[in-house]
Amino acid sequence: MIKLVDISKLYHTGSVTLAALNKVNLEIKNGEMIAIIGPSGSGKSTLMNMIGCLDVPSEGRYLLEEREVSRLKEDDLSEIRNKKIGFIFQSFNLLPKLTALENVELPLIYRGMPAAERRQRSVEALHMVGLSDRMYHKPTELSGGQQQRVAIARALAGDPPVILADEPTGNLDSRSGVEVMEIIRNLNENGKTVILITHDMEIARQAKRVIRIQDGSIVSDEEVA
Amino acid sequence: MGVWQIIKLAIAGIKANKMRSFLTMLGVIIGVAAVIVLVSIGEGASKSVTARIEGMGSNLISVTMRGSQSSALLTYEEVQQWKERAGILGLAPVINGNVSVKYGSNTYDTSLEGVNEEYRQVRNHTVQAGRFILPMDVSLRQKVVLLGTEVAAELFGNMNPVGETVKLNGTNFKVVGLLEEKGSESMGSNDDKVLIPLTTAERLLNSKGIRSVYIQAESAEMVDPVVAQLDNILYRKTNDAESYRVFNQAEMLSTVNEVTGTFTAMLGGIAAISLLVGGIGIMNIMLVSVTERTREIGIRKAIGAKRKDILRQFLIEALVVSSSGGIIGIILGIGGANLLGSVMSMETVVSIKVMALAFGFSLFIGIVFGLYPANKAAKLNPIEALRFE
Ligand SMILES: Nc1ncnc2c1ncn2[C@@H]1O[C@H](COP(=O)(O)OP(=O)(O)O)[C@@H](O)[C@H]1O
Ligand SMILES: [Mg+2]
Repeated sequence: MIKLVDISKLYHTGSVTLAALNKVNLEIKNGEMIAIIGPSGSGKSTLMNMIGCLDVPSEGRYLLEEREVSRLKEDDLSEIRNKKIGFIFQSFNLLPKLTALENVELPLIYRGMPAAERRQRSVEALHMVGLSDRMYHKPTELSGGQQQRVAIARALAGDPPVILADEPTGNLDSRSGVEVMEIIRNLNENGKTVILITHDMEIARQAKRVIRIQDGSIVSDEEVA
Repeated sequence: MGVWQIIKLAIAGIKANKMRSFLTMLGVIIGVAAVIVLVSIGEGASKSVTARIEGMGSNLISVTMRGSQSSALLTYEEVQQWKERAGILGLAPVINGNVSVKYGSNTYDTSLEGVNEEYRQVRNHTVQAGRFILPMDVSLRQKVVLLGTEVAAELFGNMNPVGETVKLNGTNFKVVGLLEEKGSESMGSNDDKVLIPLTTAERLLNSKGIRSVYIQAESAEMVDPVVAQLDNILYRKTNDAESYRVFNQAEMLSTVNEVTGTFTAMLGGIAAISLLVGGIGIMNIMLVSVTERTREIGIRKAIGAKRKDILRQFLIEALVVSSSGGIIGIILGIGGANLLGSVMSMETVVSIKVMALAFGFSLFIGIVFGLYPANKAAKLNPIEALRFE
């Protein structure tokens, strides 16, 4: 379970203070699939960084599975990201020099998992996204849709409870986008908490709950039929 | 992340960027090769000088009289009396001069030493054919001669000279022996000379008195007491410490080793500076690489890399570059030292010690100059790094 209590993120530029997030309160239960939607500059990415433990809030408390994480040090946050969060980025963010399999293995390596188990899990993850026949390809040898599927495999290889996807279809053609969204929905159906960030209402509708954000504040939070 | 995996990746990175990697390594390659070549020259020089000094004879002491009048020189009888002193194993008084040796129509000018039978052992000479000077030769003033290898080669070519008769300054001498080749030493060539009995030399050169004596001490421990006794005797004789000199081989060795040691350290030091410059090259490229790979660092951190993981990755990369450079440098250094050895006929010694030292130093350089860029990478903020294009 994810619980944000009065979370604010302030940026100080010169004498001006900008609240990228302003006293946000949000609770996300295990197994939910939610979409965060809002115009550019509204604070979506800042919120996602917060939930993903890439950043810490200026004010407020963040509880991830009952654990207070808002005041943790960088290396402790790394460990939480490694075990609890699977990231899917708009621009895939694969390492170009590694093969698909090696990319998927990477989070497991940082977890210190033994090589044999690591490999087996990565192969399974790639199988789940339908890329068993592309394991030894480098990202440049794969299409955009395939690259994003490798990134999804990387996100789920470590079996984290939460999947964070920031505009996962933003760089894809519509057909690949549909495929990727189908995989993401499947992950949710198999029990993962999925948080989807998008500005596309069409995508947001696939979630069961849509949160609108504007100027760093949540303006609406509704279940979708 | 496993060390092996990082090493594998670092090597892949080196291969993917061959020219840049080579240029980065070049500083280390040149530095390590220079250290090895220069130190090998220094150690070679030290080794050959040491060998020459030791080849002069073991536990050797030499006395040289510097006065000009014959009263300031020594007599054979005087020298023989030293025999009674403790610690002296052998005494070889020597009369030096130049002589022209004639065999058939060939004439050859060389140096002559008038010696006694103990000279062979004291000066560590070996006879390869015939015999050495005998006590009888000295007491009876026999006209017999031993030839050094160079003299024999000049006059006889490949022929065995033993048993032949040569003329020394016009007087007939019988060749009784041929010396073994010995190489040159600090006191001139050991092979370009002839030996005759001391008493015969006195006559032939018309010289009175002995200017130099080689003394062999019984053991290394006895060298100092014997030197002290000789000093005492000679001072009582001359009342002038400047009129004679007592040389001690061990002292000479340590002086020479000190000098060559300094020389070697200096050469090594100069070369080490180039290694240092090589390290700066590594740091430079590493800093560029950290900037270029900001996004990669961001991705790694986002999926769970800790500071120490990133630090280790970049440090290992620096080490792979510097140690590859070190290995190539060692190979080039050994090649260079051997080439110098054969082309310039210099003695060069490449010791395991200097190879280990140079390699260790290149690793050290890798760590020292890799640490700053690696630390910079480790401290990158993941959000900012991910935003980097
Ligand atoms: N590092 C930063 N320094 C200053 N301002 C920032 C920084 N990051 C984000 N902001 C500001 O915070 C606001 C929210 O940004 P962001 O969360 O990226 O919006 P979104 O993802 O919805 O487009 C924007 O006005 C942005 O300019
Ligand atoms: Mg954004």
